[in-house]
Amino acid sequence: MSALAGVTASNLRKDVRLEWRSKDAVNAMLFFALLVVVIFSFAFDPTAEESRQIVGGLVWVAFLFAAIVALNQAWMRELRNQVLDAYRVSPAPANALFLGKAIGNFLFISVVEALLVPLFVVFYNLRPVGPAWQLVPVFLLGTWALVVVGTFFAAISLRTRSREVMLPLILFPVSIPAVLAMVEATTMVLTGTETPRFWITLLLVYDVVFTTVCLLLFETVLHAE
Amino acid sequence: MSKIFGRFAALREVTATFQPGRVYAIFGDNGAGKSTLLRVICGLASATAGKVLIFGSRERSAFTSRLGYMGHAPLLYDEMTGMENLRYFAGLYGIAGTARCEQAIAAVGLEPALTRRVAEYSQGMRQRMSLARAAIHDPEILLLDEPFSNLDPGSARAMGRLVAGMRDRGKTILVVTHQAAHLAEIADESLWMSAGRVAAWERGIAAADRAAASAVLS
Amino acid sequence: MKFKIFAVITFLLLSYALYQGMWAAPREATMGDIQRIFYYHVPSAWTSFLCFFANFIASIVYLARRNLKADAFAVSTAEVGVVFCTVVLVTGPLWARPVWGIWWTWDARLTTTLVLWLIYVSYLLLRRYSTGQATPTLAAALAIFGFLDVPIVYMSIRWWRTQHPQPVIAGGQGSGLDPHMWAAVLWNWAAFMALAGLLIWVRYRLEIVRQQLDEAHALRAVGRVEGSFTR
Repeated sequence: MSALAGVTASNLRKDVRLEWRSKDAVNAMLFFALLVVVIFSFAFDPTAEESRQIVGGLVWVAFLFAAIVALNQAWMRELRNQVLDAYRVSPAPANALFLGKAIGNFLFISVVEALLVPLFVVFYNLRPVGPAWQLVPVFLLGTWALVVVGTFFAAISLRTRSREVMLPLILFPVSIPAVLAMVEATTMVLTGTETPRFWITLLLVYDVVFTTVCLLLFETVLHAE
Repeated sequence: MSKIFGRFAALREVTATFQPGRVYAIFGDNGAGKSTLLRVICGLASATAGKVLIFGSRERSAFTSRLGYMGHAPLLYDEMTGMENLRYFAGLYGIAGTARCEQAIAAVGLEPALTRRVAEYSQGMRQRMSLARAAIHDPEILLLDEPFSNLDPGSARAMGRLVAGMRDRGKTILVVTHQAAHLAEIADESLWMSAGRVAAWERGIAAADRAAASAVLS
Repeated sequence: MKFKIFAVITFLLLSYALYQGMWAAPREATMGDIQRIFYYHVPSAWTSFLCFFANFIASIVYLARRNLKADAFAVSTAEVGVVFCTVVLVTGPLWARPVWGIWWTWDARLTTTLVLWLIYVSYLLLRRYSTGQATPTLAAALAIFGFLDVPIVYMSIRWWRTQHPQPVIAGGQGSGLDPHMWAAVLWNWAAFMALAGLLIWVRYRLEIVRQQLDEAHALRAVGRVEGSFTR
């Protein structure tokens, strides 16, 4: 167990360090999400009241696209120079690689979200009617849902043709309940209609079920050839 | 043991036994299956038929910490320094601290304190750092795939001496290479592979002569 | 021979089910004859769901035992499941349009079927786009994710619909179904299950032959004429 935690931490440190040096993923995500926000502003020109209804959906569509940008290159550094081979040959547990990568992606995407949320507030003149703190579990659980399944599916799509297309193709259908939950919960908080307790519970269930499945299956997928 | 990719047989019923403490050179044309042989041995590819026994066992967990692999590609992160790379990979084998990493880097003739990132290394430096990474956990078996490729003669000789040094410390080393001369005084036995089979097995680097002979004939 | 008998039984079942659905079942009071689509819409849904469940089991068996037969069964059930799922998605609007004047309503069950369709089409796309020999393993992993998602999808969409109610197409769970109608539903279900079984059988055999062909090529590549590869 401690080997798992130790190697996971080592993987996480390595990913954060590499990302910090190149800032590939974060830059691409930020810019892409910003573009989406601006384009949506042209497409929908809502009043303050209307915007509370639709921003839930807009925010998560923007983050979904940004997450795909990040996830598509999640394993790129391991593929370059065949570093993945070196990991597979070692006795290090496969799940440590997965968890390190997933937690790293979670941090990067959360950073982007934290930078973009103020932007949404500004562009759409948002003032949530409901208790804003409830958005925190929604964002945390929702982002983890996208990241954990997305990191796993990104590893699957490594062995396909047109892998950048394959990843969203296999990720979006399975993520639908999570995205629905995120959108509905965010809208509920913004419009203050009711507490999003059901949706938060759903996200929790989704996270628990799929994190478990990822941990059970990752080793098999890593060594499949 | 055989290895099939779809309809292509990379390895055809290869039978081989490698003794501890010896250096084996593996020669052959491109596509003969040399790299595939190494990959199946270390578990990166699985045999379609037959089995691979390492230290008498088929279980991966029995040998992963006692085996090191150096591939065609550097197997290093471009954006980290050599020392950072080695510390990371050492961590995978449960090795903490910097001492052994410094020793490993120094042993291949590089400077541990070098702050240059691997992306900026010369080919020779990269190959040597890759060897350091492969051997960081002091494995009993080393599988080296083309360690001499793209090296100038001086670096190649240095690499050859490193291999000899490791053999002298009791390691078993399998080296895939096109350049027989670099292993002239070093290889104990050599194999010539052709079209997925072991066509010859000789003392020293003699199998390379069989290769040259068959090249002339064809 | 067994196959031919099964095919004949399937044909008989389909014929009888057709009779049940189109003639024996009573005419629905409000909607008229168009309601008879129900006998195709609902049994198709149940059949496709069972196909996907079979795919789930086959995928687990493959990952546990690396048995290629399980993989052949997995791809067969997925393909046939998608076919029946498509039937559900086509008959839904065909029914809704004349009765309610709208093509699509995002009602809970129809939407869940749509998501199911998307998940398993993505599974088939993964199988097609996958390079190398890892396809059965990767597809099996995706299948497990997909099937475990189904109850979560259903719950999420049901709740979504209670938040934003819309017209319901399939008349609710057995909401006052005439017993004669139940007979038609069940006969059609039996007929569709037989048809699904037939299609899966054919597809399975096709896949096994393809696997054997690959193995024969591989054997020839190794230089042997007989035998097989067993791990």
